[in-house]
This record gives sequence, structure tokens and C-alpha cells, in this order.
Amino acid sequence: MEAFAALIDALVYTPGRNEKLRLIGEYLRATPDPDRGWALAALSDGLDFPAVKSSTIRNLMKDRIDPVLWTLSRDFVGDTAETASLLWPVTASDGTAVPSVTQVVEILSSTNRNTAPAELARLLDRLDPSGRYALLKLATGAMRIGISSRLAKVAFAQAFDVPVELVEEYWHGLEPPYPDLFAWAADNADPPDTENMPLFRPFMLAHPLEEAKLDLADYAAEWKWDGIRVQLVHAGGETRVYSRSGDDISPTFPELVDAFRVPGILDGELLVRGAVQGGEKGGAASFNALQQRLGRKTVSKKMLAESPAFVRLYDVLQWQGEDLREAAWNQRRERLETLLPELPDSHFDLSQLVEARDFDHLAEIREGTRDDAIEGLMLKRRDSPYIAGRRVGYWYKWKRDPLLIDCVLMYAQRGSGKRSSFYSDYSFGCWDGDPDAGAELLPVGKAYSGFTDEELKKIDRHVRRNTVNRFGPVRETDKSLVFEVAFDSVHLSKRHKSGLAMRFPRIHRIRWDKPAHEADRIDALRALIRD
Amino acid sequence: MSAAFSWIKPEPHGIYVAPADCWIDPSRAVDTALVTHGHADHARGGHGKTVATPETLAIMKLRYATADGATPVSYGETIRLPGGVDATYIPAGHVLGSAQILLEHAGERVVITGDYKRRHDPTCPPFEAVPCDIFITEATFGLPLFTHPPIEDEMAKMLERLAAQPDRCVLVGAYALGKAQRVIAELRRAGHTRPIYLHGAMEKMCRLYEEYGVDLGELRLVSDHAKDDMRGSIVVCPPSALNDRWSRRLPEPITAMASGWMRVRQRARQRNVELPLIISDHADWGELTATIEEVDPHETWITHGREEALLRWCQLHQRRARALALVGYDDEDD
Ligand SMILES: [Zn+2]
Ligand SMILES: [Zn+2]
Repeated sequence: MEAFAALIDALVYTPGRNEKLRLIGEYLRATPDPDRGWALAALSDGLDFPAVKSSTIRNLMKDRIDPVLWTLSRDFVGDTAETASLLWPVTASDGTAVPSVTQVVEILSSTNRNTAPAELARLLDRLDPSGRYALLKLATGAMRIGISSRLAKVAFAQAFDVPVELVEEYWHGLEPPYPDLFAWAADNADPPDTENMPLFRPFMLAHPLEEAKLDLADYAAEWKWDGIRVQLVHAGGETRVYSRSGDDISPTFPELVDAFRVPGILDGELLVRGAVQGGEKGGAASFNALQQRLGRKTVSKKMLAESPAFVRLYDVLQWQGEDLREAAWNQRRERLETLLPELPDSHFDLSQLVEARDFDHLAEIREGTRDDAIEGLMLKRRDSPYIAGRRVGYWYKWKRDPLLIDCVLMYAQRGSGKRSSFYSDYSFGCWDGDPDAGAELLPVGKAYSGFTDEELKKIDRHVRRNTVNRFGPVRETDKSLVFEVAFDSVHLSKRHKSGLAMRFPRIHRIRWDKPAHEADRIDALRALIRD
Repeated sequence: MSAAFSWIKPEPHGIYVAPADCWIDPSRAVDTALVTHGHADHARGGHGKTVATPETLAIMKLRYATADGATPVSYGETIRLPGGVDATYIPAGHVLGSAQILLEHAGERVVITGDYKRRHDPTCPPFEAVPCDIFITEATFGLPLFTHPPIEDEMAKMLERLAAQPDRCVLVGAYALGKAQRVIAELRRAGHTRPIYLHGAMEKMCRLYEEYGVDLGELRLVSDHAKDDMRGSIVVCPPSALNDRWSRRLPEPITAMASGWMRVRQRARQRNVELPLIISDHADWGELTATIEEVDPHETWITHGREEALLRWCQLHQRRARALALVGYDDEDD
């Protein structure tokens, strides 16, 4: 556990990506199996110990420190695991050795809800503050130390000089502590056998199109739908639905698992059927309707009937045992069109290509679209192979320009992680009438992005100096600061008093110069509803 | 006689001593100010008369270029203020010249600590606990998670890192008054004899410390030297210069920061610190609470910092306490 704790500390304090990769790589090469496999799992996907929750830590601490002092400390640090690691009372060592990562994993996975607190406490007693921090992060499954799953895999690939695409591909068929993966990468053993596994293949992604004009002879255009990008895989008699990050979301969409029974891999946009929006075959409901279905582990019959999911297909990666990823987009598209009849049309349709005379005409079409299920356009080079990740020159996304509105900062909340000592999450509102005639601000949204670190410091200072009320981690301000807020769309919503909800709001500009009474009114926001 | 202690009044801009018509560490200009130490949030310019230790007055002169009405008081010395108030300056162990102020009036004793610490510091005399009725304490690190490790450990951490990467330099961000000189003096105590390089903003204060007899060894200015001269050296700068363009003239600096806040990982990350050094010129939680027990006052008033937690501790230990709502005090980069 000492080497792992030292790695975690070093990663926390190392700003550079390359240096992080080097640190992880060094650890993976120097650490024996299976410790390094568990560590890799903790850094990438996180380990899951159902018996240990953040509340387990809180309860352990409540027996050891006054609850008020705990809460004040926790609020200051902004992280339960770190707070506990600092406040854990030092006990005289009973001579037991510091546990290895593997021992920690074994102990934690064999506990249940009743025994977990005592087992965790015993482990904490055997570690120093760094070790306690690493243990608690590992035990609660969320490292949150600025290492993405992707970075951990790249570090693994670099450490053993193997292609990261292969690591990604094998990854999803394997379980921690990944003995086959290490045997392959570190000891030249045969690659893991994944032939008949329904594995995730990393998505091909697009670059934003920035002020370039493309020749439509080289590029095809299609709509970018506002659902969630999914990959459907059927292999070895099993079907999986993967999200963009490679998470298995099959249990959330059982109807798609049932509907896709042909060996192959498809790429498309998952949408929920609804009357709200046009589209070509049957409409797609707004993203709000889809939101209702996301994140559920089980789905009720009612939900299945009311909001059935379907996939609007973009691409095909494999079909009936044939790998098409090397083929040109043109050819894959043709194949997609011919295979479509093999799929039930209740759950699949095709994302239509957008025909335009030239690029300017395409721009006109893009501006003119009113369909709320459309986020913009995709431009794909006709000869592009299907390559994992983002490759310059192949695919572009051309989103509709964001909408803008001036709002007034109302409440600010302390952030978490790196921003824990700053007020970084903002709620803002618009006027419900003429502010000079006594109108009030109604909250319309929340944002915590779109500003630089320097701006964050300035806003934080503004919040602290202009606080009129405190509610725990939230401060109410004197409502004097105007934000120009950018957002993708706005919908009717019962959740806010204003009756409106924005999609993807972010701070576009901070209008230090603008008096609050000149901010926009609710009516102006309502006028931007696109249906 | 009026009600007990009615002569001492916490106001938003400082503590007011009514019979003497003077203020302790006021955050705006007043006729007569009693100043505990030279940090900017305690010592402001523009007062008619400033009563402080000679060292603090020298620091204020350096910072504000004026010394109107400077009235020096040495450690242990008592001066008589108008209205029958006696003021005695007692070492606080915080920075050069830092003092607690003991006020006595009508048989009642009040101690204002200003900022203080309980650890050894080669640059100033140690804190002395003085019995009193009202103890007015700071609470900068007033949360139980703050435990400052022995400074020797932090010095060793820095010197090990320097030895491991001798082609680079360690750039230490340290508050220009007090922390910087203490870190340098501790490096010398740890046997580090090489020249130490300074950011220009540090020079005057270091020279002033030397005038008061603090030996800092050989100091050089970064601006006088080429990049390669500084490989394998320690460079000290104000915290604000850590992530500044200025640091580009240094040979691949390893960014360090000497501050009690470095106990919390996210605080170090906010400043992009690679080598956090937990070094503070304030009392940690254990020392704050132990000092209250040692002084054992009838009442504890808390001026600035994490006052809620210290107040809670006083409650839990059946001690009378109140938090003063003073304005204008910052968390120094300590
Ligand atoms: Zn101070
Ligand atoms: Zn202070």
C-alpha cells in the first residue's frame, strides 16, 4: 500500500500529463502482480466495494470526533476521504505490517455492511495519513484525482509499449486485476481471447468545425441528433449497449438488447420516441424525455411503453464476422443501408444524409432547422476509415450557435475537488418583469463552467464580498453581477419557479460592466423556446 | 466603576480601548494604534501614532515609507496610556517583532495575541503564556485537521528533492515577511550552506532581518544570475510569483510552497504546487487549544480565522467564548 499511496500523492501534486503517465508507468513496471492490476483498476474504472460507502466513513468519524467539528472540517477540505485521513486518531502501532493493495482489496470485498466499519477502521489504524487517503479513495471507488480512465490506459500502453487501441479493445472483456492483460503486455504472452465477447470498440469522434469551409465532394453531411451516442454489439450470443465512455448501459435499455440479435457492431444515436419532434420515421422526443430513462438500473413496463428507445444509425463497424473499420465511410454507409432491413424498424432507423448544393447552402439548411432533436450537423470525409478517437481531417461536428442571455448571479455554492475553496457553482436568474418597477429575479439555471481560473478567483471574491445570506455551503449574493450565459436550448419545465430550464448552460462572459437591472427578462428567455 | 470589561470593545474595524482612546490592529487609519506585528492585515499605514516593537516599526517603515508618531516599546516593557491603561508587549513567536499586547485597567487583564505560534523559530523570541481574564486569540488554523509537522521533516523533504534532481532548482513560495526568513534560517540550521537565491521583492526584508541579527547566510538575487548558476539551488519568492512569468528564468523549477495550508491537498493543487511544505507561523489546532488551557482565562475571544470551530471547542470544554466579527483580516499565506 505504501507504493500505491506514494503514487497517488505524486499524481495529486503533478500537473503535467506526461509526468503523470511516467509516474503511473513506473509504478506498473515496478509493482508485482496482482497489486498492480488492482491499482490499475482503481485508477481507471474504480473498484466497487458495495459494503463501503462515503457514509461508512462519516459514521466512523462521528464516533471519533464531535459532529460539528467534523462538518466544519469536511466543508473546509471539500472531500470526505481526505478529511477523514487527516482527522483519524493516531493509535500506537500494534506491530502489524502495512497491508498490500491486494490484501486491502481482499479484506474490503469480503466485508458486509455490518463488518465493514470495523474492518475499515482496522486498516486505517495500520496506515499513515497518505496511506489512509489512498485507502479511503480506493475503498469508496472514486479516486477523483484528475486521472481519467483513458489516461490510465495510455499509461499502461506506454509502460509496456503496446498500442493503446488494443488495450481499449481488450479492456472491456477483462476483469481486474487483469492477469491476461499484464501477461500479454509485460511478458509477451498471447493476447487475451476476445473473439466471442461482446466488447466495446472505442468510438470515432469528431473535431469541432471552426471557420473552415469544406468541399461537399469530399465530405458528406448528416444530422447530429440530440440523444446519446451508443454502440450496439452482438457477439457470442450476447448483446450489449455501450455509452460513449464505454459504460455498459444494456440494463437500462432492455428493448434494444432484445431487438438486436445479429452478430455485428453498430454506431448510432439513442433516442426516445415521442410526438414532440419530427425526424423522418416517427419522431424523437426531446432530450428531456430521454433523460427520464437514463441512469436507471431497472425499467418499468410503463416506462417502456411510454418512452420506448430506438437507435438512429450512423455507422457499422462489424457485420456478420466481417470487420469494416478499415473500409471507407462510403462503403460502410452503403453496407449500413443494405443491412437495415435485417433489423426491426420498430427500434432502428437510419440517420439521413443532408443534401446540399454547396457549403453555403448547407449553412443555410443548418440555420433554418427548427427541430429540437437536432444539435447540428456532422461532416464526414467520404473516404474515412473508422478510427478510435479524434483524428484531424476526418470527421467534424458543426453545432448550431449557442443561444445567449444576460442573467444575474443569485446564489453561489462551493465547488468540489480542486475548486473546494472557491464559490464556483452559480445559480442565476432573469427578471419577471420591469426591475425598476419592483420585479423579482427568478432562477433559470445553474452553471459551473465557461470561465478561466483567473475569472473564478474574481467571481469568488465578488461572492465573498457581496454575501447577504449563508445556507451551509451556499451563499446568497446581493444580485449585482451579470453573466452572459450561453446554452443550447431552453424548454418548459416544472422544476424551476420560472417554468423554464436551459440545456447546457455555461458562463459565456462575465459582464462586470453591466448593471443588474439591464439583465434580461424571463419573457426574453421564453421567446427562445424552439418548438 | 462601570461594568466589568466595558472598557474594551470589539468593533468591526479593530479592538477599541475606550479609556485610552486607542485601537489594537485597526483596519483603518486612527489617531492612536497599538500594533501587534508587521503583517499587512494587522499593521496599516496612516495612523497618527503607532505603538509597536522597534522591529515592527522598522518593518512598517520599510513597507509604508513613513513612520509618523512611531512609539517603540520593547518586549517586557510597560507603557502607561491615557485613562489609566497599562500596555505591555510580550513575544508572540510569530515573526520578527511580533508581540502579544497585555492591557491592564482597573484590576482587569486582557491579552491580545495578534498572530502567534508555539514552535521554535530562529528569527524571533518564543511565545510566552501570560495569565489573564480575557484572552483574545487568533484562529487562522482553527480546525482539528491542522497539525503542523516538525519543521525538520519539511526541510529534509525539500533537501532530498533538491538532491534527487540536481539539474533543477526548488522554487519555494513563502510569505515575504517572516516565512521566507524562517525557511532560510531553518535551511541553514539543517546544514544547507549553498547560496540561496531571492526574488527581488524579498531582498529588503531579508536585509532588515539581518540588521536585527538573524543570520541568513549567503543570499543572491535571481536577477543578477544566469539560469545555469541556479541549478541545484533553492530559490525563494513570494507566493504570487510561483506561477508567474518571472519563474521562466529559472532552471526547470520544482514548485514548492511553505504554508500551513499545504496540509490540504486541494490547496496545494490550486497553486499547482508539486512539493507542498507544511510550514506555518501560526499555532496549529493542538497548540491553539493547549494555549487556551494553559492561559486559562475567564473568557476567550476569537478574532480571525476558523472561529466557528474554536468556538465549538470552547463550548465542548465549558469555556466562555465569543467570536468577534472583525473585518479586514485575511488568511495570510501562512
Ligand atoms: Zn501575521
Ligand atoms: Zn493575522
